[in-house]
Amino acid sequence: MSTLLLTGGHLIDPAQNIDAPADLLLGDGRVVKIAEPGTITEADEKINLKGLIVAPGFIDLHVHLREPGQTHKESIATGTAAAAAGGFTSVCAMPNTRPTNDSPAITRWMQDSERGAVVNVFPIAAATIGSQGEKLSNYRELKQAGAVAVSDDGQPILDDRVMREALAMAAKVGLAVIQHAEDTRLSNNNPMNEGATAFRLGLRGQSAASEWQMIERDVRLASQEGSRLHVAHVSTTKSLEMIRLGRASNVQVTAEVTPHHFLFTEEACADYDTRYKMNPPLRSAADREALLAGLVDGTIDAIATDHAPHAQFEKLVEFDKAAFGVTGLEIALGAAITALHHSGKVSLRRIVELFSTNPAKIVGLQGRGTLAAGSLADVTIFDPKKRWTYDLDKTRSRSKNCPYGGMKFYGKARATIVGGKVVFSEL
Amino acid sequence: MDAKPRSLIGIEPLDAREILKILALAKRMNPARPRNTLRGRRIALLFYENSTRTRTSFEIAAKALGASTVVIHTATTSVQKGESLKDTGLTLQSIFDAIVMRHPSSGAPVLLSRLVDIPIINAGDGMHAHPSQALLDAFTILQHRKSMKGLKIVTVGDIFHSRVARSDANLFSKLGARVVLCGPDVLLPDCARELAPGVEIVRDMDEAVRGADIVMMLRVQQERLSGMQMNVDEYVRRYQLTPARLKLAKKDALVMHPGPMIRGMEMTDEVADCPQSVVLEQVLNGVKVRMAILQILLGGEQ
Repeated sequence: MSTLLLTGGHLIDPAQNIDAPADLLLGDGRVVKIAEPGTITEADEKINLKGLIVAPGFIDLHVHLREPGQTHKESIATGTAAAAAGGFTSVCAMPNTRPTNDSPAITRWMQDSERGAVVNVFPIAAATIGSQGEKLSNYRELKQAGAVAVSDDGQPILDDRVMREALAMAAKVGLAVIQHAEDTRLSNNNPMNEGATAFRLGLRGQSAASEWQMIERDVRLASQEGSRLHVAHVSTTKSLEMIRLGRASNVQVTAEVTPHHFLFTEEACADYDTRYKMNPPLRSAADREALLAGLVDGTIDAIATDHAPHAQFEKLVEFDKAAFGVTGLEIALGAAITALHHSGKVSLRRIVELFSTNPAKIVGLQGRGTLAAGSLADVTIFDPKKRWTYDLDKTRSRSKNCPYGGMKFYGKARATIVGGKVVFSEL
Repeated sequence: MDAKPRSLIGIEPLDAREILKILALAKRMNPARPRNTLRGRRIALLFYENSTRTRTSFEIAAKALGASTVVIHTATTSVQKGESLKDTGLTLQSIFDAIVMRHPSSGAPVLLSRLVDIPIINAGDGMHAHPSQALLDAFTILQHRKSMKGLKIVTVGDIFHSRVARSDANLFSKLGARVVLCGPDVLLPDCARELAPGVEIVRDMDEAVRGADIVMMLRVQQERLSGMQMNVDEYVRRYQLTPARLKLAKKDALVMHPGPMIRGMEMTDEVADCPQSVVLEQVLNGVKVRMAILQILLGGEQ
């Protein structure tokens, strides 16, 4: 057995309630053991991690890798390279590919080593055929092929009956249903949040209600036995209320938030800057505050990027015609540490929960989200104090549709280990 | 005007002094007495949306200053073949000295002004802004009043879809007027109050018009009433400017309309043709104000 010793670091593993200096021994793609600092002497290779945090590998529940079908925006290879640089050891890939990933064949194809993935890719399969919201895809076969959840991200399931069936079937098979909560009959593809800013800009808005009313419905439908509902990218104050209400009546509902929603508000759209056009749209300052509070108080379980790469020609157009979406894999950790930890709102342990412990539970990734002996050797090593500037010209992603270039953050991934192999290192 | 190159995208970046400077120059402009101050300059009139009044007005204004103009209707150009605004802009930049642009997407001139290095003059973008219209409205008001300060200016109708109402509210507010907006909440959401400092919303038209110096009527866009919780009859009953309603305003109140006007809808025939109506003055003033805008942006201030 070839072994790798990570020594001198501070280990945080909320699943085991560890937050202390410790050494970590990896071997054969698994965690061999955690030990008191300096007590392990035998290892094939040693890495000194003085001053750094050692955490279970980060899992992004929400990325768009654009492959198959739209490799002018991103590929599995380039998207996962960006993920590795951001400290993610696993990404969950949304099914809105071309064609839509509603089949075991595409689900397997995405995981084929031929794709050149640098980190683990866990496909989220379409909840309905072609994400048309009409007929369920085959959840059992999709799960066998490696899908970790079902979702019609971007084309939410509007029909109550279909959503109920999806939740029931997913419960039977043991998958979560991830819903992009948006009543598209109300939001109407409008390019930004409804309110004074949109009014001033002469842009049509998406109301908060088009999101929270859908969550309210989904929570009600998810109250049936065994269903697990995961709400993608929550963005409004009232959405959080709906999630709390659901939990109060014992519905299994979890939620994620994106870095852009806790960093920015609708005001960022004031110059018709399409880098700030995403769906759900950036919301009000009060909503942003509510999201930050939700990250602190536990209403929100996970940070997910909704990494949505687009080519320049799809973004450098009129605001109402531009594609929705922003990249984010490389800055998510920095954004979270800056907005949440550096500001004193949460501990680093909470940051690890949001990026690893909770995402692993939400999509049921066995042996991940923890560094307990025997788990898979996915490790994120980061420096929470590192002050750095994001250089967009050096992005690993194929696309540059984000406003983060030149932004300064605290906290950066320094090494990413997947299955015991170092896939990214700035040590 | 925005810095380098100077463009006119909206009213928001202008201060009162700059606005008054344009209006003062407009006073000296007269299309019947052409000048040659922009001779040799080429101006593209890039229209992604139909327009009679504004296009003609800009065209006459440009020609009265000696500039040459080319009207580009996108329905008959490479835009139909899928050319992006960026590529259209870069192409025009190599031939023209300025672009006057009308576009159905709010913010399109902002994008274009970022991509090219020649002045962009917004001739109306989506529901966002129509700065030359606001300037000519102010010009018209100031022909009848010494100052805008303290005037009660009421705009009635479909504010939501109106770029004129947005630019007017901004400009009138900057010049110290009391801006009152009136209409049903679907066409005038409460957040319209935040358009500019001091903007008020009054839902009842009688109340809104009472004591007004200026009553600005907007076109009733019938296509937009369908599907609303209101039929045309009810809309007309509540928001039409009738002789009786006009009596509630000041005796010498002015009646304005940015056009096109639909008689019998937003105002009755009598009101449209009454001595207080300055609708036709607005049209002539449009040319003068646009001459001033082009002169300042392309020719320096003289």
